[in-house]
Amino acid sequence: MSSASVTTLPLPAPRKSGLLPWLRRRFFSSFGNGLLTVLSAALLAWVIPPLVNWAFVQAHFAYPPDVLSGLRNPTGADCPKDGGACWIYIRAHLGQFFYGFYPSAERWRVDLDFLLMAIGIGGLIAERVRGKKYFAIFLFGIFPFLAFWLLYGGFGLRVVPTAQWGGLLLTFVVGGVAIVLGPPLGILLALGRRSSMPLLATCTAVLIEIVRGVPLITILFMTNVMLPLFLPPGMNVDVLLRVLVGIVLFTAAYIAEVVRGGLQAIPRGQYEAAQSVGLNYWGMMGLVVLPQALRITLPGIMNTLINLFQDTSLVSIIGLYDFLNIIRVGNKDPNWLGYQIEGFVFAGFVYWVIGFLMSRYSARLEKRLDRDRHARKA
Amino acid sequence: MEMTLTRWWNNKRFRHLLIQVILVGFILAGFFFFSTNTIVNLRRLGVPVGLDFLSNVAGFPVATSLIPIPVDASNGYLLLVGIINTFTVSIISVVIATVVGFIVGIARLSPNPLFTLLATTYVESLRNIPLLLFIVFWYFGVLASLPALRQSLSFGDVLFLNQRGLFLPRPIALPGSTGFLLIMAIAILGVIALAVWVRRRQALTGRLFPFWSTAGGTLLGALVLALLVFGRPLHLEYPQLQGFNFQGGFVILPELLALCAALGLYHAAYIAENVRSGFLSIGKGQWEAATSLGLRRGAILRLIAIPQAMRVIVPPLSNQFLNVVKNSTLAVAIGYPEMVSIFAGTVLNQTGRAIECIFITMLFYLIVSLVITSFTNWYNRRVQVVER
Repeated sequence: MSSASVTTLPLPAPRKSGLLPWLRRRFFSSFGNGLLTVLSAALLAWVIPPLVNWAFVQAHFAYPPDVLSGLRNPTGADCPKDGGACWIYIRAHLGQFFYGFYPSAERWRVDLDFLLMAIGIGGLIAERVRGKKYFAIFLFGIFPFLAFWLLYGGFGLRVVPTAQWGGLLLTFVVGGVAIVLGPPLGILLALGRRSSMPLLATCTAVLIEIVRGVPLITILFMTNVMLPLFLPPGMNVDVLLRVLVGIVLFTAAYIAEVVRGGLQAIPRGQYEAAQSVGLNYWGMMGLVVLPQALRITLPGIMNTLINLFQDTSLVSIIGLYDFLNIIRVGNKDPNWLGYQIEGFVFAGFVYWVIGFLMSRYSARLEKRLDRDRHARKA
Repeated sequence: MEMTLTRWWNNKRFRHLLIQVILVGFILAGFFFFSTNTIVNLRRLGVPVGLDFLSNVAGFPVATSLIPIPVDASNGYLLLVGIINTFTVSIISVVIATVVGFIVGIARLSPNPLFTLLATTYVESLRNIPLLLFIVFWYFGVLASLPALRQSLSFGDVLFLNQRGLFLPRPIALPGSTGFLLIMAIAILGVIALAVWVRRRQALTGRLFPFWSTAGGTLLGALVLALLVFGRPLHLEYPQLQGFNFQGGFVILPELLALCAALGLYHAAYIAENVRSGFLSIGKGQWEAATSLGLRRGAILRLIAIPQAMRVIVPPLSNQFLNVVKNSTLAVAIGYPEMVSIFAGTVLNQTGRAIECIFITMLFYLIVSLVITSFTNWYNRRVQVVER
């Protein structure tokens, strides 16, 4: 390659600053890179303008005047087929998409529920708010009962059977129950699997591996079809309840494995130190080991919960009218045929926003915990 | 008996024993409770228990399969059809997901901001929407807006795409095909043997061998020889529009198309993230060390970067493959006849054998998980860094 004697190589050319050299470096550094730039730009130019045109520029948002003045209901005929999206379809079905078949007169109860939940979650995640403990107690301890009473009724409220729950409401109910009940059960399963009692450890391990080894649908089929067989004749279990049993079990099994990873990462010395100060099992786990284990597994737990929220859409296969299913029902509305793309785009947008917010929150939480740890070390 | 200062009911061994006895008691009681209820319920419904229903005639049609389905197919045969269809979907989707996932994952690491933006948008938009939504979007949204039969999209009069599916030419074996395949198989085996020998010799002596040109020459020679001796091995039968449908060729149903597109592209987003983190896990020092040895970029990738990245990529990748198999069950929503849809759906509803059907379905997925997990564990052990 080079001669044996020491050669002085020319110094590399100094990096030129400025817009043009930067552009050249990032976009056209070589032939291949230049080709990529051109192809990517072509793809964007091919996709973006028609998309923007369809979704915004030529789209139809506004009701015609006679609909606005309440003379008639809007129909698909109010959207001229001129290549723009028909958001009127979404607007006309918004109530159905959010509440399902929940009676119109009682929808304020759902609104109140969402408001209470928003306050609880807002208080829990906003940085400046104090008294997070009380928000957490409210959200996880009081709110579920309150929400159930408001949604289902009884004690002075009209009873709304679960068959009428639907739409985004039902998605939040299924997701919320799994998010509230899944992690505690998962932690118990993880502790069981790590237990020194061989029988307990084996039983929990088998349960976790079976649930994790099969698709969620088969679990939902199982709880849906087999639960009625398992219970005494005449004991009827609500379909929603059967589905919830399956979803909670599924969430718990996945969380158990995440938590087990965290438990294994805690050094033995922590266990021994806790025992040597005289803590019993629950003291050792609750005060010393779990706080550390949960801290390191928090991203994993959040990830599981985000995926779970998307998986709630599977309850539609059992025949529940969750958000996705109610949109599919809307797509078949004879007055609004041919707007399924709008329906799916709207569904995707809502799911996407919820998933995105959850993952943003998870990332922020992770960063804050990381910062706390560094602060303590310093 | 060991000496203890604690009371016997505080003794750890006694407590553990007691807890486990109670646990077993609970499990047995639960089992007894559930099984007596089940027996009573099944008797009330008049449904017998047993696997005999597998040999009964199913009596419902199944839309598609790689194997022929007789009219009087038994429930057990349809179980096999379901398993084959599950594997068909899974394998096609896994190939799509892996190819697209690697391209997108590497694109996210590209220095070109425009290309990275495209890849990031792809990953972030798919990871936050439910797979089921993506599947029904493809089936009821995209494929439903394809043209009708008469207005099929034609690709050079060879492929046709319309609402009824994708019509492909069907290869039909000609008489000489066995001999043709035999010659090609011998040539391929020879090339594999050559590769093994070249690697071993290079590892022992460091001497290089012009492998690619030799291998290419061998294969080409074998091809020419086989063509000269046996002639054309197969004949393509093109689909042709006749009357109300295409005749000849074979068709991929829209259900399968939608399912494979959705599963493949969705899991590609997850695989892309695995690929990205695999390549990010390689220390900068590895690149610098390889460069300072005088290796070229291609050689660095092939010899240094990819082997180390694969160690990180393969375990989550095989986990994604498992997820593809499990998520292929979402085919129920669009009516593609795979395992769950045929067996835990139609067969269960027709025969009422809930326990057997659910049990067999779960067992199938458990076996698949077990096989894939054992492969991952084997791979992990094999590529583990041997530390001093």
